Amino acid sequence: MKRVTIHEMSLRDGMHPKQHQISLEEMVSIATALDAAGVPLIEVTHGDGLGGASINYGFPAHSDEEYLRAVAPKMTQARISALTLPGIGTVEDLRMAVDCGVTCMRVATHCTEADVAVQHIGISRKLGVETVGFLMMAHMLPPEELAAQARIMEDFGAQVIYCTDSAGFMLPQDVTARMQALRSALQPGTEIGFHGHHNLSMGVANSLAAIEAGADRIDSSCAGLGAGAGNTPTEVLVAVLGRMGVETGIDLYKIMDVAEDLVVPLMDSAIRIDRDALILGYAGVYSSFLLFAQRAAKKYGISSRDILVEMGRMKTVGGQEDLIEDVAINLAARG
Amino acid sequence: MSKIKAVIIGPGNIGTDLLLKALRSPLIEVLWSVGVVEASEGLRIARDHGVSTTHAGLASVIDQVAADGVRIAFDATSAKYHGQHNDLLQARGIRVIDLTPASIGPYCIPTVNLADQVDAPNVNMVSCGGQATIPMVAAVSRVQAVDYAEIVATVASRSIGPGTRNNIDEFTRTTRAGVEQVGGAKRGKAIIVINPAEPPIIMRDTIHCLCAADPDQAAITESVHRMVADVQSYVPGYTLKNGPVFDGRKVTVWMEVAGLGDYLPTFAGNLDIMTAAALKTAELLAEAMQ
Repeated sequence: MKRVTIHEMSLRDGMHPKQHQISLEEMVSIATALDAAGVPLIEVTHGDGLGGASINYGFPAHSDEEYLRAVAPKMTQARISALTLPGIGTVEDLRMAVDCGVTCMRVATHCTEADVAVQHIGISRKLGVETVGFLMMAHMLPPEELAAQARIMEDFGAQVIYCTDSAGFMLPQDVTARMQALRSALQPGTEIGFHGHHNLSMGVANSLAAIEAGADRIDSSCAGLGAGAGNTPTEVLVAVLGRMGVETGIDLYKIMDVAEDLVVPLMDSAIRIDRDALILGYAGVYSSFLLFAQRAAKKYGISSRDILVEMGRMKTVGGQEDLIEDVAINLAARG
Repeated sequence: MSKIKAVIIGPGNIGTDLLLKALRSPLIEVLWSVGVVEASEGLRIARDHGVSTTHAGLASVIDQVAADGVRIAFDATSAKYHGQHNDLLQARGIRVIDLTPASIGPYCIPTVNLADQVDAPNVNMVSCGGQATIPMVAAVSRVQAVDYAEIVATVASRSIGPGTRNNIDEFTRTTRAGVEQVGGAKRGKAIIVINPAEPPIIMRDTIHCLCAADPDQAAITESVHRMVADVQSYVPGYTLKNGPVFDGRKVTVWMEVAGLGDYLPTFAGNLDIMTAAALKTAELLAEAMQ
C-alpha cells in the first residue's frame, strides 16, 4: 500500500491568519490532539519562520522558544518541525529550536535562491536533525530550473526537497511537471514534498497530482488554517487518501474533530476563497500578503485587490511585506 | 592641495567600482591596485588608468606601496584575508578602510559617526544594508530615543555574490549591530530579502523605528530629509520613496538606492553605496590628514 507523510501546518502557516496570536494553551491543545490523531509531523513556528517576530511580519503572542518548549515535550509520537528563512532566521535561532526538541528543520528560500541556504542546511545536518529544503513560490520557475535549485539544496545536505506553491497559483499539471522534474533530478534516497495553498481551490487536487508524481510528503492544515485561502485541509486530504487506499496513519474521525472542535473555533474570520485570496492565486502573489494588503487598503482608503495586483506586477517575493504600505501610499496618491 | 595616495586591495567588482569613483575624487589618488589573479579584469582596468598593479598579493608590494607614500588602504577582499592585510598596513602606518565583514575596527557610516573615527587606524563599512539604512535610524534617534529599529533590505539577486550567500547570517548580525551601535537604537533587527526579478529591481530599504515616546513628527521629518540630503552628497541615487509615516510610536521610512553605474550596474545600489561610502570616508580622513 502506498504511504504518504502528512505534515501539519495549522500551528505555523496558520499563524498568518491568526496574526501570530495563537495562545500557548491553544497551541498545546491542538498539537496534543494532532498527536493523538496520528499526525506524524507538526510544524510550530512564527508564520514567517524562526525569528519572524518583527514589525515587518508581526510580533507573535509568544516567542518561538516559548511555543516549542510548551509543545515538544507533550508529544507521544509526533515529531515537531520548525521553519526558517535565511535572511530572517539565523543559525542561532536554529540551534535554539533544536535545543527545544525540534527534529525536523525546514530551510526555506525563494525558488531561485537555493544557495543562500548553505549555512542553515549545513548546521542543521551537523546538529543531526532531519533537514528539508523548501523552495517557495515554485510557480515562478520552469520545472527543470526548479530541479536545478533542488539539486543545490540536496548537495548542501537536504534530505527532503519541497515544491512550495506559496501563491496557490499552480494547477495540477503545473504540480505534476515540477514534482516529476524533482523526482528525476534528485537521488532516489531524497524525499520530495508538496506544500499547497487553496487560493484557487486546488489544495487537494494539487496534492493528489504531487502524490501521483512521487511525492513522499504533503503539507496540509486542519480546517485549512493557513495564509491566503489557507492550505490543503488535512481532514479532507486524509479522507480522500483513505478512499484512494493511500496510507497516512491518521485517524479520520479524530482529525475531523481536531479541525471542527479546536481549529475552526480559533479562526478570527472564515478561511475561505474571498476575492483577495482568489486574486493571490490568480495573480501568483505570496499568500501571507493577504491581511497586510487588507489593513493597508483600509488605512489608505483603496482596494486591497489593487494592492495585491500591483505587488504581483512588481514581481515581489515572500518576505516583501514591507512594500505593501509603500504600494498603498502610491496607489492612494494616484487616486 | 596634493591628493592623499591610496591603495585598493581586491580588484573585483567592488574594488573596480571604487577605483572608477576615486578617479573623480579631488582628495584621493589611487596609486596601487593589488590582486591575486593575473588575468583579472579589474587589474587591467586599473593599469589602463595608469595605476600600478600586482597580482602577487599585498605582501609582495607592501614596502613599495609604503615607499610610494600611500597613506590610505581600501580592503575589498574578504573577511578571511582582511586580518593579514590589516597587519601589513598597520605596521607601516597606513590607515585602513575595511569593506569586508571582518569588523576589526569600529563601524563607520560617514554621515553619522565618521567624526568619531578620524583617528581610528581601521574602520569597517558595516554592510550594504547598513550603509543604506543606519542613516535613517540615526536621523530618528538624534531627535529622540529609539527603543527598537528594524530594517528590511531587498536586493536584486544578481547583486548578491557568493560571499554574502555563503554567510547570510553575517549580514543580519553585522547590520543589526550597526543599527544599534551607530544607528542609536536600543535594540535592532535586520532582515534581507533577495528578489530575482528581471530586469533586476533597484535596492529597496524599509526602516521602522519604535520611539520611546510619542514621536515629534515635525522634528523627525526634518531630520530625515536632512539626512537624505547628506547621504545624497555621495550617493545621488539615495531616494526617499515614502514617509516618514507615523503610526503611534512607530516611524517608517521607505528608501530606494540606485547606484551611479560606474562599474557595477545601476540596480546594485547596495554595492554602490558601499564603495561610495568608503570613498567618502577616505576623503574625510584625507581632509583631516592635510
